[in-house]
Amino acid sequence: MRLLQFLLRRILTGILVLWVVSLGAFLLFFARPAGSVARSLAGKEPSAAALQLITRQLGLDQPIPVQYWHFVDRLLHGNLGYSYATGESVNSILAQDLPRTASVVVGGMVMWLFVGLSVGILSAARARGLFDRIATLGVLAGLSLPTFVLGQLLLWGVFLQLNKRGFTWIQDGYAGPSQGIGTWIGHMLLPWITLATGSAAVYCRLTRGSLLDTLGEDYIRTARAKGLTERRVIFRHAVRAALTPVVSQLGIDVGTLLGGVVVTETVFGIGGIGQDSVNAIVQGNLPVILGFVLVAAAFVVAANIIVDLCYALLDPRVRIT
Amino acid sequence: MSITNIEAQSQAVQAAPVVMVEGRSQWRLTWRRLLRDRMAVASGIVILVIAGLAIAAPAFAALTGHGQVQQFPNTGISITGAPTGPGHTFWLGADELGRDLFVRLLYGARISLFVGVVTTAIGTAAGVAVGLIAGYFGGWIDMALSRFVDAVLAFPYIMLGLALAVVFGPSLPMVIGVISFFAWAGIARVVRGQTISIKEREYIEAARSIGAGPWRIMFIEILPNLIGPVLVLATLSVPAAIIFEATLSFLGLGVQPPTASWGNILAGAQNYYSVAWWYLVFPAAALLITTTAFNLLGDGIRDALDPRTERLFASRRSRSRPAPEAGPPGAGGTARAET
Repeated sequence: MRLLQFLLRRILTGILVLWVVSLGAFLLFFARPAGSVARSLAGKEPSAAALQLITRQLGLDQPIPVQYWHFVDRLLHGNLGYSYATGESVNSILAQDLPRTASVVVGGMVMWLFVGLSVGILSAARARGLFDRIATLGVLAGLSLPTFVLGQLLLWGVFLQLNKRGFTWIQDGYAGPSQGIGTWIGHMLLPWITLATGSAAVYCRLTRGSLLDTLGEDYIRTARAKGLTERRVIFRHAVRAALTPVVSQLGIDVGTLLGGVVVTETVFGIGGIGQDSVNAIVQGNLPVILGFVLVAAAFVVAANIIVDLCYALLDPRVRIT
Repeated sequence: MSITNIEAQSQAVQAAPVVMVEGRSQWRLTWRRLLRDRMAVASGIVILVIAGLAIAAPAFAALTGHGQVQQFPNTGISITGAPTGPGHTFWLGADELGRDLFVRLLYGARISLFVGVVTTAIGTAAGVAVGLIAGYFGGWIDMALSRFVDAVLAFPYIMLGLALAVVFGPSLPMVIGVISFFAWAGIARVVRGQTISIKEREYIEAARSIGAGPWRIMFIEILPNLIGPVLVLATLSVPAAIIFEATLSFLGLGVQPPTASWGNILAGAQNYYSVAWWYLVFPAAALLITTTAFNLLGDGIRDALDPRTERLFASRRSRSRPAPEAGPPGAGGTARAET
């Protein structure tokens, strides 16, 4: 019963957040000089009549509140509108882009969790040891490496060199899992590494810090005093409690990333939500921007609710209220 | 300082009681610890060298005879249209328009360092002010400011950066504005936390009892205690800003060509790395070296400010006692550009 109440309240606040976010995006769009959208769509040196026609077709000549009303009306019917640039339905653009972005995010997440957690745990287990110091340097390098630079270096150092020598498994661009798992992995491997490197560094640091804090707790001393092996103390007693902040970070990160992995998608030409939203923003393609913003915000809201639920599952001291 | 050091000093004092022993301030001690950290010193030197090169950019342009935006179609591009590689004329090679990559990298360093330092200055000033006010006054002021900080920290900043870049047109001031807008929030959060704990100390009460007003207490009594963590955060915010600027410029929404920025040079390299490795590798190296140096220096300052560091290193061999994470809570340090 309490869970149901919790969910209901969180979903209602979530909808409120979505409304505020979409309104913000809508208003920000109209901060642009009027007519600039029509001009960007009309091609080179358009006539005044052509501009007027486009403006009328898109409904941009109507007052802003009326346009907003049309947007909300369509939205409530489950229709996100139509792209200014191509006339394609935003719903179908989203349906096409979402699997691409999700492909990058899910594979990257598996990679960064594996590396980040294992390195973080090993460093904390032997804090200030040789491994810890090397890991600290690695974390620093991971954090210092801009994502787009890493992506470009991988394209040059791996993709180009391999393909020059006839190994064509590693590719750029996007291929779905339906085209064969091998092909999919070949296309996605470099984006995964690119996305995972920075996050692995962050998660390593987070896991190490959290585990060190936990290892200072009294119950760990008790466990050691009982004569448990260090391995058992760390893996059975400490890691579980130490993972709480990692889980919350993970939820927020995945939620944010599903709303678009801008840089990685752009470097590798994935054509997911991230890359397309950059194009939409540059074109002033309002329906597409609003659609993407709404979906991205919905992911963040959902991730926050899921994280709070997970908290209660992981740590019995946390009550859902 | 080690125990033997103290012993040696005490012996010296006994031997020559007339000589005054010079007291060492906290800052002197920190400085000494920092100088002993070889990594931090090396990073500092690297940063100074890069800054020196950036300042000397016009001199190098004059020396090589290649201006920042000057194109050399005869020497810089081969007959087939490929950029010329590194050599005597073009030290680090040329780009697709026959411009000198080395000279452009130096001018790009000016932009990167300028953006890094200016946004950090703005972000630090704003973050400290907001954090002090929120922490000191508490109540609804704290509520409102803290929620605002949360909102800024949770925002997908690449997206907002892109949107603002389109609305206001991409330019250097716009880039500085966007980065500053995100730079202050992390600092404000840390300063707020520290302020809340410091304002309960006795000496703050003492200050209040002799009639000091809130502003005097905040900026004269509390602020000096925060310089350590703020300094660390500021150092770590510089590389984050440099990466942010490079990313915006890479996406075409930051510094606009022909003005050179490391980001837009790398954007240009995208189509040419297969025929001109230097076009990609040198700007990437410049960016990586600079950000790593700042991050290492920041970590070094954090360790140096923390008196526990020495004890930790001294007792490293004792039973694996967990080393407390040095540094201010939530500093998390080393922010990075979005994915």
